[in-house]
Amino acid sequence: MGTDLLDKLKILAESAKYDVSCSSGGVRRRGEQGAVGSARPWGVCHSFTEDGRCVSLLKIMLTNYCMYDCAYCINRRSNDRPRTMLSPAELVSLTMEFYRRNYIEGLFLSSGVMRSPDYTMERMVRVVKELRTVHRFGGYIHMKSIPGASRELVMEAGRYADRLSVNVEIPGEANLRFLAPDKSHASIYAPMSFIHQGVIAGAEERRLFRNAPRFAPAGQSTQMIVGATDERDSEILSLSARLYHVKGMRRVYYSGFVPVNSYDKRLPAVGSAPLVRENRLYQADWLMRFYGFTAGEIADEAHPDLDLEIDPKLAWALRHPEVFPVDVNRADYGLVLRVPGIGVKSARMIVTARRQGRITADVLRRMGVVMKKAQYFVTCGGLPVGGCVADLTPERVRRALLPQRGRRTADGQLSLLFPE
Amino acid sequence: MGVFVYDRSFEGLLTAVFHAYSRREFPECLVGEGEPGPLFAGDRFRVVTDDVLAGRVWRGLERRAGRSICNRVLCVWLSEEEGTDMLLMRYLRRIFGSPRGAESDFTDRDVLRMEQVARRVAQEGHRLMQFVRFQRAADGTYFAPVSPRYNSLPLAVEHFRERFSDQPWLIYDMKRGYGYRYDLHEVAGVELRLDERLGEGRLPADMQFGGEERWAELWRAYYGALSIRERLNPKQQRRCMPLYYRKYMTEHW
Repeated sequence: MGTDLLDKLKILAESAKYDVSCSSGGVRRRGEQGAVGSARPWGVCHSFTEDGRCVSLLKIMLTNYCMYDCAYCINRRSNDRPRTMLSPAELVSLTMEFYRRNYIEGLFLSSGVMRSPDYTMERMVRVVKELRTVHRFGGYIHMKSIPGASRELVMEAGRYADRLSVNVEIPGEANLRFLAPDKSHASIYAPMSFIHQGVIAGAEERRLFRNAPRFAPAGQSTQMIVGATDERDSEILSLSARLYHVKGMRRVYYSGFVPVNSYDKRLPAVGSAPLVRENRLYQADWLMRFYGFTAGEIADEAHPDLDLEIDPKLAWALRHPEVFPVDVNRADYGLVLRVPGIGVKSARMIVTARRQGRITADVLRRMGVVMKKAQYFVTCGGLPVGGCVADLTPERVRRALLPQRGRRTADGQLSLLFPE
Repeated sequence: MGVFVYDRSFEGLLTAVFHAYSRREFPECLVGEGEPGPLFAGDRFRVVTDDVLAGRVWRGLERRAGRSICNRVLCVWLSEEEGTDMLLMRYLRRIFGSPRGAESDFTDRDVLRMEQVARRVAQEGHRLMQFVRFQRAADGTYFAPVSPRYNSLPLAVEHFRERFSDQPWLIYDMKRGYGYRYDLHEVAGVELRLDERLGEGRLPADMQFGGEERWAELWRAYYGALSIRERLNPKQQRRCMPLYYRKYMTEHW
């Protein structure tokens, strides 16, 4: 082992860290006796960095040499950065030794593009193949598929990796061409379709033959950079919805634009990453995946951008006061779930518990429902009459729910609120 | 209404439940052996722990309410919180004494509390899967010290056995003085007299496997390089990885 492995590791981790995908779930693989590794359906995060993100997989690049020159990327050709490369043997021993100490849940392998997409992809496949076949590694493997790689290599990768991903990067095609002249949506969507077809075919095979090899059992994911270009939230969300439905995507990640190449005048000059917007997009994404909302309900032509002051679920509720109040003792699960302040966990508890007894405001509070919000949107015993959003008007409810500092005037003087 | 005295073991508690039914009398209060009970109370009944009777109660619970409720009961017991035994006593009485479905009546204080405590303990079990850090000792054993808030190590053992079935390991609860050892064949509970130098949980250099420090150093370097400085959020970090875990975590040494 060379003494410079430490430096290589640092450089390549620095280069890989802007990819936000972190999931290690979506697949259950039992550990084999006499081999190392297993995978759990909900994944395991092994550490958390100072920016609050989880470290689940050894997220690293095979190399940070890259022949492309994408404006938003730290590894672009024209950046003057230390460049290095790990040998397959180094990568394999890092993965195995970290895994054995329970530092990580598996490997997330990505790479800059050397020579050609296929050349790069082939070297990556070699690493994951060695892990699975020579070392019988049963941990989680997430592999990036290089845009423009051939179908054969994507298919081979899917036999060893649990999850494959190709990043959309920039939601709009014109903007992508502008910032990343070497890429096009076609080069991104082609491997995405290969993966999607592989997953479907693999699942079909396994339905017929129980021991047929699995193909990327945790499916595929993708990532978009938010705030580097002028797409509205409604466009971003409807693209996500299409990816979930048409490409069978398991996750779409949103990465608030961090200006790593501030010298490039094609990019907007921003002081800090748009963290609030990123957070709101994730909340909206959650609403689409777990709460039965459609993209059009969250953001539409009348409201193309998400409200940064309040979360998208509350925003929807305030736009639709006619739906409320919801009777928690009678309403369907889907409707209970739409109440701001009630999450999936509480909604499930409510619908099972109400078969046994009556749900009152006190019970809701003890279940962990955020009554500060929910009180305006539900009816049940123990709540005052006339406190619903339909009686109070959405504007007043909104003002009551805004964070306290929103009520201060510019000079820090508290303004007194008088009832209208 | 009286006081039941038992040995503060889980089997003891289940035996107490059995006797409560056979005597048709539920205790007002449970007291450990040798502990002072309430000053003004009725009869004291001494429960002699009996694995057969405890097993009958346990199987009865499984038949009546299913595996997941057994798990919930076990998790709550492992919380080791004050008053847990009486909570369990009331809960079991309710499960056995009402029609099926009582376990999901979250409008009841005890049922809801059971659910919430069980969730916290199960989460602590999951945190062990996340934050256990092995150090390879000179004899090849992978050693990990832990000190979870709740006694949740038993909940995580099966996970480690399945995952690391080709390496011998020892996970030791430093706070409670017991652990589990896997020797490539089976997992066994152990109570050890640990070397004094292990007080902080770190293997001294002469007890480490060759090259061990190197891997730890590589991991620390990797971990340090991952943060994005433009997005620091220590509050989120603390929420996900409480400070009391960091003592035994390689990346925080």
